[in-house]
Amino acid sequence: MKILEVVNAGRTVSRRSFIKGVIAAGATASATSYLFRGPASAFAAPPAHGAVERLMSLNVNGQQRRVDVLPHETLAMTLRYKLGLPGTKLGCDRAECGACTVLLDGTVHYACSILTHQVRGREVLTIEGLEAPDGTLHPVQEAVVDEAGFQCAFCAPGFIMAMVGMLNQNPNPTREEAARALSGNLCRCGDYNKILNSAMRAVEYTQQRV
Amino acid sequence: MSGHKSKSDCAIVGSRLRKVDGRAKATGQARFTDDLTFPGMLHGKILRSPHPHARIVSVDTTAAEAMEGVWAVVTGREMPVPYGVIPWTPDETPLCVDRVRYIGDGVAAVAAVDEDTALEALNRIEVEYEELPAYLDPQEALAATGDENSPFIHPPRKEGWNGNITKKVHLDFGDVDGLMESSHVVVEGEYFFQGSTHAPMEPHCAIGLWESDGREAGGLSTAGGWTFPEKPGMGGEPGKHEGNAPSVRGKLTVWSSTQVPHYVHRELSRVLGLDPARVRVVQPPVGGAFGGKSEPFDLEFCVAALSMKTGRPVKILYTREELFYSHRGRHPFHMTYRTGASADGRLRSVDARIVLDGGAYASFGLVTTYYSGQLLTAPYHMPAYRFDSVRSYTNKPACGPKRGHGSVQPRFAFEVQLDKVAEALEMDPVELRRVNFMGENTRTVNELRVTSNGFLECLDAVEEASGWRERWRRLPLGRGLGVAGSCYISGTNYPVYPNEMPQSAVQIQIDRSGRVAVFSGASEIGQGVDSMVAYVAAEELGVPLDYVRVYAGDTDFTPVDLGAYSSRVTFMLGNACLDAARSLRRRVQDAVAEFWACRPRHVMLAGGWALYAPDTERKLPIREAFQLAEAAGGTLGATGWYNTPKDIHGEYRGGTIGASPAYSFTAHVAEVDVDVDTGFVTVVKIWIAHDCGRALNPVLVEGQMEGSAYMGAAEALMEEQIFKSDGQGREGLHNAPSLLDYKLPTSLDTPELESLIVESLDPEGPYGAKEAGEGPLHPSIPAIANAIHDAVGIRMDSLPFSPPRVWRAIQEAGGPGALSKPPAPTRPKQEEVAHATTRR
Repeated sequence: MKILEVVNAGRTVSRRSFIKGVIAAGATASATSYLFRGPASAFAAPPAHGAVERLMSLNVNGQQRRVDVLPHETLAMTLRYKLGLPGTKLGCDRAECGACTVLLDGTVHYACSILTHQVRGREVLTIEGLEAPDGTLHPVQEAVVDEAGFQCAFCAPGFIMAMVGMLNQNPNPTREEAARALSGNLCRCGDYNKILNSAMRAVEYTQQRV
Repeated sequence: MSGHKSKSDCAIVGSRLRKVDGRAKATGQARFTDDLTFPGMLHGKILRSPHPHARIVSVDTTAAEAMEGVWAVVTGREMPVPYGVIPWTPDETPLCVDRVRYIGDGVAAVAAVDEDTALEALNRIEVEYEELPAYLDPQEALAATGDENSPFIHPPRKEGWNGNITKKVHLDFGDVDGLMESSHVVVEGEYFFQGSTHAPMEPHCAIGLWESDGREAGGLSTAGGWTFPEKPGMGGEPGKHEGNAPSVRGKLTVWSSTQVPHYVHRELSRVLGLDPARVRVVQPPVGGAFGGKSEPFDLEFCVAALSMKTGRPVKILYTREELFYSHRGRHPFHMTYRTGASADGRLRSVDARIVLDGGAYASFGLVTTYYSGQLLTAPYHMPAYRFDSVRSYTNKPACGPKRGHGSVQPRFAFEVQLDKVAEALEMDPVELRRVNFMGENTRTVNELRVTSNGFLECLDAVEEASGWRERWRRLPLGRGLGVAGSCYISGTNYPVYPNEMPQSAVQIQIDRSGRVAVFSGASEIGQGVDSMVAYVAAEELGVPLDYVRVYAGDTDFTPVDLGAYSSRVTFMLGNACLDAARSLRRRVQDAVAEFWACRPRHVMLAGGWALYAPDTERKLPIREAFQLAEAAGGTLGATGWYNTPKDIHGEYRGGTIGASPAYSFTAHVAEVDVDVDTGFVTVVKIWIAHDCGRALNPVLVEGQMEGSAYMGAAEALMEEQIFKSDGQGREGLHNAPSLLDYKLPTSLDTPELESLIVESLDPEGPYGAKEAGEGPLHPSIPAIANAIHDAVGIRMDSLPFSPPRVWRAIQEAGGPGALSKPPAPTRPKQEEVAHATTRR
């Protein structure tokens, strides 16, 4: 579980040099403007060979998943397009909107802005992992359904994960604290009122279930 | 009219219910377009222009096509048929043919094994451009002559016309000049409304899948085995087929995050030369639209064309940056208003001149130009009205419809004008609006038919809830209240292309299991239409809500609906669903009545039961009632449809635009706090009272009201869709194409919002319902402007009211020390009021 270094062909690559290699390989392709054709794509600088083993095991929603991951692949890409978990949404792919929010070891992260190879050994929790096997919704999900929170709900998985992360840190937030905790997520339907109602209802449901 | 079921007679309609898709959306199970994937799917990217205005000299795709992993390239010249969502202004092509008109205009598209490969292929396409002078300012564009140094952006549609004008509208009603002349007070003002974009959270995405029947082109060849037509295909007009379509056999399916599957269907058929019977458009749940997905976009044509070329499914997903360039958002408006009123505050004459900055293409611009004037004539009675609007092309991304299409900008100017009139007459602005109320069942000066009208109740509600009488003009310096009103359409009486067919339709099937399946053509974009039809079907057929399943947004499975725009869905689809559900209900009632040997009208369907009305102890489970009906009359299915009244508009050119079967009404009071040292405006609270006719589910109506006010407040304070001029960098480049730099409110920036629902029970709406999705946006902006005036005595006539602009206005007024609250009105006698003309 505690693999902090990436092992490849007998060589140990430190996390730091691994990230450097990834950046050199064009990991920021999706974050830069492609309208003006900079040297942005992965083709401009081929990945340093042997930097990292692509096949990895990832702990997602309590399961070990084997997956082939490119060096510059973000966690959001792996979840959505390789592991069949498209509940995690991509709204901007550059850490602006929060639609891709997941939990890593219980804390909130933007899955678009962390490389999959960086989360080896960590527990990844996505929206798909909240529901109990018997179909019982997580208190946050139940609160969202009851309060009719969200309209188009494209941002909902990110907000719901942010609420779960918030409750991990602060089980009894005020409405103002909830507004602050959720301010890293954007809702364009402007449904913040009902989202905050849902958050406060979730606090209630969580306490009832204990 | 009291033809509607009362609240107490409804089991479902009017209740605070969950949404039918609530669980799927809370668990991440809802599948948006980019969540779909198909075996062998390729990924597409579009090459975009780096110049705001240039001629395309040549496009060389050989190096890109030779790349490993690249399956096909398509260029503008291969798809030359022009289209436009408004049939009178077809001025765009899927990709540019010989001219680019804004930075970001599409030139070529690539399909490859993955996005990285497609991006690299774009790098290898060689495009030679010859740059042309670009226009970022509409006044400069309108002054163009068409010669070499001052070229038109589009060829003039007629000899001698200005090719930089999309549309010009001049309409006048009543004796504008005479009544202005004899007005007691005339207020004149100049206003600027900044453009803004929709920025839905879900980027546009489309997937094309061409299934050839094997005999014709398509297939696996990338060697130019496919030719698209040079003339339009048949579109919606059977028998008028041109191009190469008759030889084309196969079926095209496009999944798209659109709010108008029907228009996408039409234009795909036209441009690609396909028989419309061979095109299917599927609309998965859409992650926000707000008008930004209400016409065909380049990616839909490109995925189709690339799939036809490769025989494989092709997906294109816009980047966030591309959304800012594809745009079709709120037009910047330059407006001049003159408003004349008599001494008692009654409006006499309104005169407007408007220049719309349209961007590179027409989009819905013809309608926007009409809407800039046509929708201002309610809820106030105005005896005379004139507007003169011109929409200019400019070398920026095209503007189009954004929530409150074309009428949000004039409403801002007009409601601020009313505040100035009230001030000049020393009247309370709420009272001024009350005095001018037009009433119910009347016609506007431009001959729109207004039926139900709850505007006075809206005014009363916000006045009361905000403590207006005690607090307006009495809060400390820096704190203020402002009021504004508005009206909006519940759909348009005339579709964008002329036809007599229904505007909305559903098909309902019920069977012996007790299940109700509704096939709805409407587009669920988050507004809750799938829930709305489920509520109506469950109400009429007496089944529990979870017995109803709604299948929507698939042109192969569902009847035609024109789409989720112009606030038409609840009114039109709700009526269509009532129509179908009631005809099925009658069949069930008849069968049960036969079984019980009673009158059909004594059979009630409610709560999962068929009940004998005189004695409700006598009852049958609804499933058994359906079985009786199925046995008596055969398989149970019904279609229902709605079409608008076609005889209620003015008999003048443009008189049909703005005509709607019903109008919603709104009043807002906004409370602001202005930091006089920094110019930072905080909207503390907005009270929103909205006449939606009847709230079919108050929770959803509140969501629309709050979402509208949120978006209005955001436009008022933060949002700016602006482009760099020559001196600021690359001319025509978007100033801030990201969600960090283009400011959107978060949970911390959104004001407190209080929704006050007013129900006027419209005679023609389903259960009396009208729209709620767009109307409540309008007053928030002028209410905030008027509140700033109440707070610090300055007028903000240009959007946005951002700290630099407000700070500058405070400096111009003499700095923070010189500010004071405007005086409270004294309501003097009429003869004592000086004949005042103010001009800012």
